[in-house]
Amino acid sequence: MTQILSSIIDGLLIGFVYGVAAMGLTLIWGVMRVINLSHGATMALGMFTTYLLFSDLALNPYLALVAVVVLSLLFGFLIYGVALHRVIKAGYLSTLLSTFAVNMIIIGLGTAIFTTSPRNIDFSVGSFNWGGIIFTGTRLLAALAAVVITGALYLFLYFTRPGKAIRAVSGNQAAAELMGIPSSQVLALSFGLGTMLAAVAGGLTSTFFPFTILSGASYQLKAFVICVLGGLGNPLGALVGGLFLGGLEGVVPIFMPVSWVTVVEFVLFVLVLVVRPTGLLGSK
Amino acid sequence: MNPFRQSGLWPSFLLVFLVGLVVLALRQDTLRETAFTGLMFIGLASSLNIIMGYTGYVNFGHIVFFGMGGYFGFYLLSEFGWPLYLAALAGGVMAMAIAFIIGAAVLRLRGAYFALATIGVNQAAGAFVSNFEPFGGSIGLSINFSAYDRYGGAGQALWLSFILLWVVTLAVLVVSYLVKRSRFGLGLIAIREDEDTAMVMGVKAPRDKTKAFLLSAFFPGLIGTLYFFKNGNVQPDDAFNFQMSLEVLVMVMLGGNGTLLGPVLGAFCYEKLRDYLLTSVFFKDLQLATTGLILLLIVLFVPGGGVGWLRKRFPELRKWLE
Amino acid sequence: MAGMILQVQEVSKKFGGLQALLDVSFDLSEGQILGLIGPNGAGKTTLFNVINGVFPPSSGQVIFRGEKITGLPSYEVARRGLARAHQVVRPLNDLTVLENVMVGACFGRERHSLGRAASLAEQALAQVGLADRAPRLAGGLNVAQKKRLELARALAARPYLLLLDEVLAGLNPSEIASMMETIREIRGQGYSILMIEHVMQAVMSISDQIIVLDYGQLIATGSPQEVAGNPQVIEAYLGDPEMTARLLAE
Repeated sequence: MTQILSSIIDGLLIGFVYGVAAMGLTLIWGVMRVINLSHGATMALGMFTTYLLFSDLALNPYLALVAVVVLSLLFGFLIYGVALHRVIKAGYLSTLLSTFAVNMIIIGLGTAIFTTSPRNIDFSVGSFNWGGIIFTGTRLLAALAAVVITGALYLFLYFTRPGKAIRAVSGNQAAAELMGIPSSQVLALSFGLGTMLAAVAGGLTSTFFPFTILSGASYQLKAFVICVLGGLGNPLGALVGGLFLGGLEGVVPIFMPVSWVTVVEFVLFVLVLVVRPTGLLGSK
Repeated sequence: MNPFRQSGLWPSFLLVFLVGLVVLALRQDTLRETAFTGLMFIGLASSLNIIMGYTGYVNFGHIVFFGMGGYFGFYLLSEFGWPLYLAALAGGVMAMAIAFIIGAAVLRLRGAYFALATIGVNQAAGAFVSNFEPFGGSIGLSINFSAYDRYGGAGQALWLSFILLWVVTLAVLVVSYLVKRSRFGLGLIAIREDEDTAMVMGVKAPRDKTKAFLLSAFFPGLIGTLYFFKNGNVQPDDAFNFQMSLEVLVMVMLGGNGTLLGPVLGAFCYEKLRDYLLTSVFFKDLQLATTGLILLLIVLFVPGGGVGWLRKRFPELRKWLE
Repeated sequence: MAGMILQVQEVSKKFGGLQALLDVSFDLSEGQILGLIGPNGAGKTTLFNVINGVFPPSSGQVIFRGEKITGLPSYEVARRGLARAHQVVRPLNDLTVLENVMVGACFGRERHSLGRAASLAEQALAQVGLADRAPRLAGGLNVAQKKRLELARALAARPYLLLLDEVLAGLNPSEIASMMETIREIRGQGYSILMIEHVMQAVMSISDQIIVLDYGQLIATGSPQEVAGNPQVIEAYLGDPEMTARLLAE
């Protein structure tokens, strides 16, 4: 019994991190109706950046995350400027294929540079035992970091000028433009934020799982499932969805082989899309 | 309408016809192998074009039809001794059945949601087949050599599979052309442009989309069986190679989405590029990244692909650049 | 006495908490032009959407030529001989003007082959005055031309009933006069027409009967003269003084 509980709690803790990744994806969708197919690759980049700072500069991975935040924000601006700005109004196929192309480029370059051998961040903060359930330190810290980030995002979106501009554009871009909000800059900022959330989620994940440049793909699928579950464009839904999926992942391996988890997630994804496309919590 | 009386079909048809003729005349094994791969991609790209180019539904999982149909056809000819052409047809039919099942769930999704759903389809299919024992699980199946014997040995069998692929590729082109110029095709294009308006005008979108999807699945199933027969084995990694699915998609976009000649030219040019990249020391590891870059450049600057650009630049040639 | 081509019976439509239509009932006789007017947001386009199957009503029936078509999908309704020209024009951009109209002919009531559809399309384009634009891409037309394209597409389907949603909106006076001529011609050919219109003078002069919608409810039916003098109608438009002035000027 404690084993099942342990498993579920572990899953929930990871779920917070999934939630952060999903929030990035849902933010980008909510603001500019773009489905970011390079999200997983960005997560992988976050993992690698954290790893490199840790292994080459002996930086505490949690401090490395600060660097990840800054770098990924800039990286997001870059992707928006190069791949999206020109086609943002050209329809869903163009933006879908362009983010997909970016994904291929990142993975391609990443594989060439880093190869596919797995990396691991060997950084333990111990664990503690509570009534027979073991809480791994790294997961607890990751969940904590996720909560802090969510809080910061909320404060940003609701209490700062750029944040409010983002919310205005996602509500009604034409109206926002009429009111003098420079939508291109807002879109770039939103994409940057979304990318940042993905990279940070990746960085956090790297503290407790080994990874390769290809690891992002499965996390991306999870992020999509979560967004769809929680309602596309709904950041709170993304967080709740993340917890739900994390918990599910804690429970499922008890009953079936782990390789089936992806299949279950994919089936869930299609099911929700088909049955309740607005998500279980309602989308924007 | 006799398609052979129309200018639009000839460039593509002639290209493929001549390739086959040259290979058969020269009787060289290496040339045949290269041509086999080329024709295979032309067939895959042209069939993807039916659902993606004409109907506007972007299928990232097109390779699933190749894999599932191929597995099934291979299974029939290797384990049950079916003749190649029958097994291939059965592979095609199986692919259509898979398309029907997948389509029933995902064709109701619009635009980007559909594309998203198809991304996962390939992964799920691969995972499923890896766990499916009759198909050899994660190891796959190896050919029972008596399947080659009925054609006079492996050597003859390889030539037979090439000839069949040649015929199938020509068939895909003719079918694709017929669809494009038919009333059915007009309905598909209407769906692509504005599905709701098309329905208001009387196009039975759900039914027609399904037909297009099934049709796009049939040929990959055939082609898959021929490919695995030639290789002598089939494995989940080969059958559900996501990279291959992407490459076929890029070929269609590169050549010109929605045109007949586009997938042909796209497959041809991309193959040439890929060979160059693989042999060049500098680019060897960057194949995926380069594919991505090509796709990005096309999407940003030449969304109509090569044929689209040619049509704009040389409007007099339009009737040949279908 | 001509038969009833369309019977709308107590149609209501609710979207979440919003009652868009409430118990709307009216009949349209064969060969008649029925004008549907009302302030903005009254539910006119919603009513059209229910009639031609874009979405089903929450309750009520729509009967077309004696057959219940309530809840049928839009392509089924189109095949029974009901065609629509939209308020917000939606041309099929990557097809030529001719091909656009051919879609109407191919998939409408008579389901023609491509060849036959092409000649029907040419006729329809000639009727609306777009014949010279036939080989051009539909995306390149201006607004007035796109409106004509909508009409041509609907005509090519040879429907029994035409739903025209603000075909005059955004047109200048000479374009309006021209379009009105075309509509009169169409009516002369025996089509039944249900038209939503804001250009008061036009709709009042051409309609046999008028129905008025306000906040999703039918508030008046009758001949143009009767409706123009109806105090409820005038009050509904009082929120729109320009409209009222025009009404009173009839």
